[in-house]
Amino acid sequence: MNWLTDLTPDEWNAVRLSIKVATVAMLASLPLGIAVALLLARGRFWGKTLLNGLVHLPLVLPPVVTGYLLLLTFGRRGPAGAFLAEHFGIVFSFRWTGAALACAVMGFPLMVRAIRLSIESVDRRLEAAAGTLGANVGWVFATVTLPLILPGIIAGMILSFAKAMGEFGATITFVSNIPNETQTLPSAIYTFTQIPGGDEGALRLTLISIIISMAALVVSEVLARRVGQRLNLE
Amino acid sequence: MTLDVDIVHHQGDFLLETRFESGGRLTALFGPSGSGKTSLINMIAGLVRPEHGRITVDGRVLVDSEKRVFVPRHKRRIGLVFQDARLFPHLSVAANLRYGRFFTPTAERYAKMDAVVDLLGIGHLLERRPSGLSGGEKQRVAIGRALLASPRLLLMDEPLAALDEARKAEILPYIERLRDQTKIPIVYVSHSVAEVARLASEIVVLADGKVAASGPAARIMQRFDLLPGDERGEGGALIEAVVARHDEAFAMTVLASGAGEIRVPRLDLAVGAPVRIRIRARDVMIATERPHGLSALNIMPGTIDMVEPGEGGAVEVRIDCGGTPVLSRVTRQSREALDLKPGRKVFAVVKTVSFDRANMAAGPRGDIDA
Repeated sequence: MNWLTDLTPDEWNAVRLSIKVATVAMLASLPLGIAVALLLARGRFWGKTLLNGLVHLPLVLPPVVTGYLLLLTFGRRGPAGAFLAEHFGIVFSFRWTGAALACAVMGFPLMVRAIRLSIESVDRRLEAAAGTLGANVGWVFATVTLPLILPGIIAGMILSFAKAMGEFGATITFVSNIPNETQTLPSAIYTFTQIPGGDEGALRLTLISIIISMAALVVSEVLARRVGQRLNLE
Repeated sequence: MTLDVDIVHHQGDFLLETRFESGGRLTALFGPSGSGKTSLINMIAGLVRPEHGRITVDGRVLVDSEKRVFVPRHKRRIGLVFQDARLFPHLSVAANLRYGRFFTPTAERYAKMDAVVDLLGIGHLLERRPSGLSGGEKQRVAIGRALLASPRLLLMDEPLAALDEARKAEILPYIERLRDQTKIPIVYVSHSVAEVARLASEIVVLADGKVAASGPAARIMQRFDLLPGDERGEGGALIEAVVARHDEAFAMTVLASGAGEIRVPRLDLAVGAPVRIRIRARDVMIATERPHGLSALNIMPGTIDMVEPGEGGAVEVRIDCGGTPVLSRVTRQSREALDLKPGRKVFAVVKTVSFDRANMAAGPRGDIDA
């Protein structure tokens, strides 16, 4: 196993960075994901179809296009990027934060889809019952809706995390491939395949990729089953 | 408690135009399916907003379309028990019960956990999950959950409709206890004559979205024209009586009523306890002289005060037995043969075995005006 665990510092960094980027992307997009899923599942407003299309866009566009659009918008000279840098000191371009943003955007449609489906399957009559028992809209959501859609939220988080672990096109277009800063696992593997004698490193990182993805899948299965058992839905 | 409803509401092609006032301990909203009962209940609870009109409970305005008042459901403090119990599947029975309590201001929490659990007999279920309960148990927990929110008014929307006869018989006594042992006014929606006759102190009859009649239960139950066609056989006199004594030798209970003594199958009630019986009109025979050599034990003398043509070949006869009306349904042929007409002295004959669990129940204490 030494062969697998004896990683070079750069390789370690790629692994750590990938996990960090994927976790941040998943957690940061979760509140917005739930909000947008709620809007799409329950809302009745003008432009709902447009919002739905916008959310799904990263799923159908070539990742390079999404990455380029991010660069145009959130790059240093981009309107959103300049604003955020000036007022909040948040810089995306060529930083790991940019990689997280790219991953979050790419994983967003998957997350929203999973949560939206679970919201649509909630029995709204239970929410009405909670209302007659004195719970206002916020409490109804926190004590009835949220626990009932938890399996969907977990599924959405895992999908977002998995997408982030594998994201390549949008990330490399938006924030390039800088070791220690934006070089995630896929970028690192790609780099290895581009240099002579890089096969061994590429193979190592590929195996690690597989292990992390499998672990995420297993964790989600276990979590979903546990929540499902607790709910014991009829 | 007074509940005052005056609303106009369209639901597709259906027009609900309802006005009634009720102050009973248990008011039954009675009518066939599609008569607007559930819509009305949902408006009182705040689940549906009526287009026009006013709803007040004890003078507190809940809805007033003219003044643009609409109190949201979570601020009404009106309990609602649904036909399908709607327990929260992710919470234990105990947590379901505590749910409404949490949202009730401390000063207004009059319902006590132990008392409610006791009243409904659900102590052994507290640790369970709703999915593991039977239909009857679920409904009892749902009633408990609504009660523990300390409501000002409890609405029950056909709470027994989804249950089989055995489960209904299991729950009805709990609803009677609820009516008699708590002070919460109840509005009970049902299309079952048996349930309404057993529980209600007042009845509001709905038909096609309009109030067909309203008033004390005993008066409404005599009006066969108000009963749904397939339930007309269930109509008859409601009589409030008390347990006079038990006849252990023959497993019977003797009730004292305005119409005299009535012998019924043995009841598990103390002497002096109030009992409400419903004598179905089709169970009452009429004799023009006191019969002899007859197996029926209840022979009540009285005077006919009304004869009305009923459905088909039947005739409805009302007999005044010492101030208590008893209804009988006989054929036209019998009316002619016996010359039944107002003023004639007759005997109303009822078999003891025609009384069963569906038409006898512990009666409401006090506030009966029949």
